[in-house]
Amino acid sequence: MSVKAYEVNMPFVGAKSAENPIIEMKDVDIYYGDFQAVKKISMEILERHITAFIGPSGCGKSTVLRSINRMNDLIPNARLEGYVLFNGYDLYDERVDPVLIRRRIGMVFQKPNPFPKSIYENIAWGARINGYKGDMDELVQTSLQSAALWDEVKDKLKKGALQLSGGQQQRLCIARALAVFPEIILMDEPASALDPIATGRIEELILDLKTKYTIIIVTHNMGQASRLSDYTAFFMVDENRTGYLEEFGDTEQVFLNPRNKKTEEYISGKFG
Amino acid sequence: MNSMNHVVQFGTEEDVQVLMEKRRHNGTLWQAVFMFSVSLAMLFLIMLIFSVVNTTFGYVVLVNEVESSTLIAQKDSVSSFTRAELEQVAFSRLSAGILRRVEYEKPIADRSDEELIALIEQYIIKPKVRKTWGLWDSLFNKIEIDRYMAENEGSYAVFRSWVNSSFLVADQSSDPLNAGIRTALFGSLWIILVTLVFAFPIGVGAAIYLEEYAKDNRFNRALQLNIFNLSAVPSIIYGLLGLAVFVRAMEPITSGALILGIEDSTANGRTILSGGLTLGLLVLPIIIINTQEALKAVPDSLRMSSYGVGATKWQTVWNHVLPASFDRILTGTILALSRAFGETAPLVVIGASTFISIDPSGIFSKFTTLPTQIYQWSARPQGAYRNLASAAIVCLLILLLIMNSTAIYLRARINRKKRLEA
Repeated sequence: MSVKAYEVNMPFVGAKSAENPIIEMKDVDIYYGDFQAVKKISMEILERHITAFIGPSGCGKSTVLRSINRMNDLIPNARLEGYVLFNGYDLYDERVDPVLIRRRIGMVFQKPNPFPKSIYENIAWGARINGYKGDMDELVQTSLQSAALWDEVKDKLKKGALQLSGGQQQRLCIARALAVFPEIILMDEPASALDPIATGRIEELILDLKTKYTIIIVTHNMGQASRLSDYTAFFMVDENRTGYLEEFGDTEQVFLNPRNKKTEEYISGKFG
Repeated sequence: MNSMNHVVQFGTEEDVQVLMEKRRHNGTLWQAVFMFSVSLAMLFLIMLIFSVVNTTFGYVVLVNEVESSTLIAQKDSVSSFTRAELEQVAFSRLSAGILRRVEYEKPIADRSDEELIALIEQYIIKPKVRKTWGLWDSLFNKIEIDRYMAENEGSYAVFRSWVNSSFLVADQSSDPLNAGIRTALFGSLWIILVTLVFAFPIGVGAAIYLEEYAKDNRFNRALQLNIFNLSAVPSIIYGLLGLAVFVRAMEPITSGALILGIEDSTANGRTILSGGLTLGLLVLPIIIINTQEALKAVPDSLRMSSYGVGATKWQTVWNHVLPASFDRILTGTILALSRAFGETAPLVVIGASTFISIDPSGIFSKFTTLPTQIYQWSARPQGAYRNLASAAIVCLLILLLIMNSTAIYLRARINRKKRLEA
């Protein structure tokens, strides 16, 4: 593992090989105060693939996810040791501004949380504050189209976002994330608050987005993980309630031939 | 088996009935206690309103210093005077000094009949209050009033509403019949304006810092605890603080000497500015705590979604957190201001004037406020001042009611707007 020297822009390499992963984690420990949330996480995430984080509740998969765009910084007393590299650059270098990171590594949350503003403004706001110079109407349209929401909302862009259904709101949140041109999209159980039909649409959308974006998704739904992801990380929790990475590999391999007995038990629904 | 089990665990049908009866009884008992509390509160409120209204209206027994029949023979009432008679009486009976002032303000020839009648009543006939009665006695105990009039030669009774248009626009006077609250009203409004301008930005700013920026360390926890304590400090202590700091130590500033160069200020620091700042300190902790609560009520998911698209902390606070909590901040501030509006003790301590008849003209003026005025009037021995105090209380309550309804209205309006946009 080699860490590149700090640069504000952290140029995008466009690597699509195992030698140059877009995200590389090396011996990551995350603490909340004195409590160690996860220990010794090491993994590599490839560009334009979907990686799923699975595991029982409290195993730290959301914590690891949020460490990738430094969302954990917002939690008082949260602390990270080890390396998280983005295109080879250390994300936790003290010169790195997390605000810039979060534009390039977007996030979609468990509960749809659009801004209590108009649909248009939901998309435009993020782009505007980040200094977007292009045509805003066009950006709103393409973002909504990429999120498969355009046809449903094109006549009511000025209407409030909270009037949309839960599934539409979540797709709006995805569109909002796309509007700031991220390279990676982190999704924290994006469909767990939705009904099966809405969930289906979100899953289709995620598969579409794979061609352009790197996606990391936390899910409790085994079927979803196996349907969507190319790689699967299975997290477990030890007796100190500290999470660790039990198994990481090709989704097919993890689901069909788990190397690990715990993985097999979890996937087959014996616990968790 | 199953029904057996039920009996084992919950007892026989009779046991269930007995227990159910007991549970119902318990519920009814507590409901009665709560209802009693509400009724008691309502009762006291009604008593308060009754006592205020009772002293605001009622008969006044007056004795004229000069009878109108001695001005113009055979005429018992000024209102039956002709125009010529009115002017003649005004010119002949007004003292030279008053006549000059009256003519200066508006020549007698230009005044309407009503104005002349009021003038003659005020300066020549000079009715004096002998005794006042409340609304209750006026309605149901007229006999006593008649008896009193019979005992007092030349007295007559007039039903009077102590709240009336001249009460609102007249300034203070040593004659209860001509006294009003204009100066106090202006004083109160000026003070509350200064309080708002001072306490709102600082209070909201402090709350934003504490809620959004401050780290959870010992210093900030101590700060928070002290703000809670400050909100419980008696208002008179703030008055003493204001006296020491704003009136005494900062006198050059608060008297206007330093800024406007007012050298001969008689207010020597006991100005609207001092009063407003003192009340501002008083409501500052309340505004801070209230704003913090409003910010706490904004769900974290909103902040997260803002950070998630690469917003800075300030962009998150300004664009999302503040708009989402603005209605609560606003209502809390108005309620805090209405508390300041009703404060008396701190203003008495820093030296609100007891008697001024000049309207405050700016923040460096001497002042009196409505509550101070009520306090002064209610402390006087003459009965008529109690009626004046009640009338002022009615005005104060109406103003507070207006402020609080504005708070409710604004809140509902902003909420509706938020719902429509969101």
